[in-house]
Amino acid sequence: MDLNILWFVLIAVLYIGFFVLEGFDFGVGILLPFLGKDDKNRRLIINTIGPHWDGNEVWLLTAGGATFAAFPHWYATFFSGFYLALFLLLLALIIRGVAFEFRSKDDHPKWRALWDWCIFIGSFLPALLLGVAFANLLRGVPIDDSMNYVGGFWNLLNPYALVGGLSSVALFTLHGAVYLSLKTSDDLMARSRKVANQLWLPAVILPGIFFVWTYFSPQGYARLGIDPGMIPLVAGAAMLLSGYFLRKKQEGWAFGMTAVSIIFAVATIFLMLFPRVMVSSLSETFSLTIYNASSSPYTLKVMSIIAITLVPIVLVYQGWSYWVFRQRLTHQSELEY
Amino acid sequence: MDVTILARLQFAVTTIYHFFFVPLTLGLSVLVAIMETLYVRTNKDVYRKMTKFWGKLFIINFAMGVVTGIVQEFQFGMNWSEYSRFVGDIFGAPLAIEALAAFFLESTFLGIWIFGWDKLSKKQHASAMWLVAFASNLSALWILIANSFMQQPVGYVLNNGRAEMTDFFAVILNPNIWTQFPHVFISGLATGSFFILGISAYHLLRDKKFADMFTRSFQIAAAIGIIATIGVIMTGHSQAQHMVQTQPMKMAAAEALWESEDPAAMSLLTIGNEKERRDVFAIRIPSALSLLAYDQLTGEVRGINDLQAEYEQTYGPGDYVPPVAISYWSFRLMVGIGTLMLIAVGYALLLAMGEQLEEKPRFMKAFVWFIPLPFIAISSGWILTEVGRFPWIVFGLMKIDGATSPNVTPGMLLTTLIGFTLVYGVLMVADIYLLLKYAKNPEFTDIVEMESSAAPAVSIVGE
Ligand code: HDD
Ligand code: HEM
Ligand code: HEM
Repeated sequence: MDLNILWFVLIAVLYIGFFVLEGFDFGVGILLPFLGKDDKNRRLIINTIGPHWDGNEVWLLTAGGATFAAFPHWYATFFSGFYLALFLLLLALIIRGVAFEFRSKDDHPKWRALWDWCIFIGSFLPALLLGVAFANLLRGVPIDDSMNYVGGFWNLLNPYALVGGLSSVALFTLHGAVYLSLKTSDDLMARSRKVANQLWLPAVILPGIFFVWTYFSPQGYARLGIDPGMIPLVAGAAMLLSGYFLRKKQEGWAFGMTAVSIIFAVATIFLMLFPRVMVSSLSETFSLTIYNASSSPYTLKVMSIIAITLVPIVLVYQGWSYWVFRQRLTHQSELEY
Repeated sequence: MDVTILARLQFAVTTIYHFFFVPLTLGLSVLVAIMETLYVRTNKDVYRKMTKFWGKLFIINFAMGVVTGIVQEFQFGMNWSEYSRFVGDIFGAPLAIEALAAFFLESTFLGIWIFGWDKLSKKQHASAMWLVAFASNLSALWILIANSFMQQPVGYVLNNGRAEMTDFFAVILNPNIWTQFPHVFISGLATGSFFILGISAYHLLRDKKFADMFTRSFQIAAAIGIIATIGVIMTGHSQAQHMVQTQPMKMAAAEALWESEDPAAMSLLTIGNEKERRDVFAIRIPSALSLLAYDQLTGEVRGINDLQAEYEQTYGPGDYVPPVAISYWSFRLMVGIGTLMLIAVGYALLLAMGEQLEEKPRFMKAFVWFIPLPFIAISSGWILTEVGRFPWIVFGLMKIDGATSPNVTPGMLLTTLIGFTLVYGVLMVADIYLLLKYAKNPEFTDIVEMESSAAPAVSIVGE
């Protein structure tokens, strides 16, 4: 395996980590207005992700930084091309992050309501936009011979990409609902369970439509990178199993299954892209690949050594932080802030 | 308006804004960690209170640093795609390492610190804060390594129209970083110290309710502040010496020195005519600039006209003179404030060692007004650093013109510029409101609840 392939895999892993982890805390944020009946409830809901959301978001930052280091042209084309979409994503993440810290520091109901809305929008919009962005990566976008994106903002909002966006919203919201039912107790747990059961069907159907569309569209299967074979089917099977475990009230297993489903779904996307990182809809020769978009072999080598040393360490202490906060939150919990 | 100007304006707005919160994070994290360590060591309640109180302010500030940082991570790709393609091979590496080595550590352990008071042992909890402090400053180191490449490119070769890395260790051991990082790190500590001095003075002047805690805070901040302020000035001095060697044009602009001089005089006050490159009015201290540059009374410091001629020879025709007035005044402002800070913190130290602070000594009130000083100095320092590099985005290798994204239109840039400015503006108001609220009312942090043994089963602080 050459280093370009290794870096493609590493970046895929970073995005997978991001979607699995931030996926549920986007979901929790989206569910906040629906499940948080009163202020105490809302605080409990937020606290389930309180210690983790920033660490989860760093997966995205690292994916961005790693793309810059390993595939500078991908970084440049992707972010200058998806400009306004990225701008909206950044605004959403800004108000969301601030809201977590600010909302409880003043007890005026309007102040809290304002930040609670920021949490909702700041979770919903990124979930949607990231789905749209990845769908567009699969579909191909107009990229010219000097690697610049030449479409506009509205190009990105095609029906196919929108279905992709809705799929990720549905999937993350379910993932979040299951997480909440795992981390809360009493009435909040009961309501989270109920919502999880309600969300299950759309979270199966929407991604289902998306994958069928991908396979049968001229942009999809015909221009496949690597045939993902059974991998999307594993994602689908895990979704079905999550429904089964939900019904049996085994949240731990259900959560594991939604996570597996996300992992395999994102893996499918990356396999279909490979060896391209951005597909040009103008001409196949304009596509960015792991070879024409990459850094020099020397940089890739240095960065490989560093990444392979650091990533396991990160996994250990992030894992430990989930262990520290493994308990369910109850109404008796001492709520920090 | 043209894309380059808008992109630069946007970079200036978002980065100065990011760096408004960052120095306080850098310094306060260390100070809070010290306080918590004192608590672990001595078990005195006053240190627990201090940790809680300053920790709360730290968190409010931290949130803003984080969210503005996200924009930083992506805006090179958004607005500066040609630049990103050109330097990605080298510049991307420290950015990725920063995220991997520092941001993960910082965010994970801060989460543990905030929510883990009753889940960890005291020692573990204090260690979490030390990790946060370490990681914050580590993140500064890596981003400054990236910035140093722009000031002084090393360890690269030009290949296919791109800069490619040839020596990773040369990049991370860039001579520029050895003066830059200490200056930034210590200026963070100075910022934290002035923040604590100001707020402590405010409380000591008002009432005696929390006198023990604020007296202690004042003392610690004065002790660390004096070391930090002297350190900032000394490292600043070595920055200047390094600059004379590597970016003489920046120094010439910072001193409004039109012609080369030996021995060179330092300007106390110059009102110049930038177009005609001459002084309208100037007071200069003979030989002082040579002293600053070489630690001796003689030595040539080169002037703008000389350097312009030389650069035209080396790099071809063009304008190589940075905006002189901006460079000149930002340098004055930084150094002036540095001097003022030294006097102020010297006085603070005298107060801390001498009479009882609660007796409301004279001039105590001034410390409240000194809180903004380091922030202003820091922003001017960066403006000098970045504006003084004109016309280069990477010194000697790539000019600012042509570094922006070719497919981004002025309309798009204007949209995001206005968007970020507005959102940042609103958040700044909310942040300052909260900082003031908590700084003025220590009761709002959970100092008090924890003290009474009959603590309510549910306590939501802030309610
Ligand atoms: C509390 C803040 C603070 C204070 C009091 C000072 N500085 Fe500073 N200075 C900074 C905070 C700072 C900074 C924000 O941290 C900068 C911007 C970039 C950098 O490396 O550090 C900076 C940059 C900077 C540069 C530009 C380096 C370059 O472009 O390569 C020079 C020459 C100095 N400083 C010199 C000084 C001197 C001689 C001071 C004497 C009083 C001084 N600074 C006080
Ligand atoms: C260490 C990380 C930094 C990097 C990599 C960096 C890089 C850049 C880049 C790419 C530009 C645009 C090109 C140019 O106009 O020269 C720029 C400009 C600028 N930066 Fe920095 N910068 C960093 C830190 C900072 C900080 C912390 C501040 C302020 C607090 C700052 C202040 C500015 C300003 C004011 C400009 C506009 C200068 C102009 O218009 O000429 N920079 N910097
Ligand atoms: C222009 C280049 C810069 C980029 C791309 C950048 C990126 C970021 C990002 C993505 C974060 C959020 C991390 C999280 O989610 O926890 C962040 C926060 C932070 N950055 Fe920056 N940054 C830049 C400039 C700087 C500089 C010049 C320094 C220090 C010298 C610095 C120090 C920090 C620190 C200490 C934090 C922690 C949070 C806080 O500020 O309160 N950054 N930065």
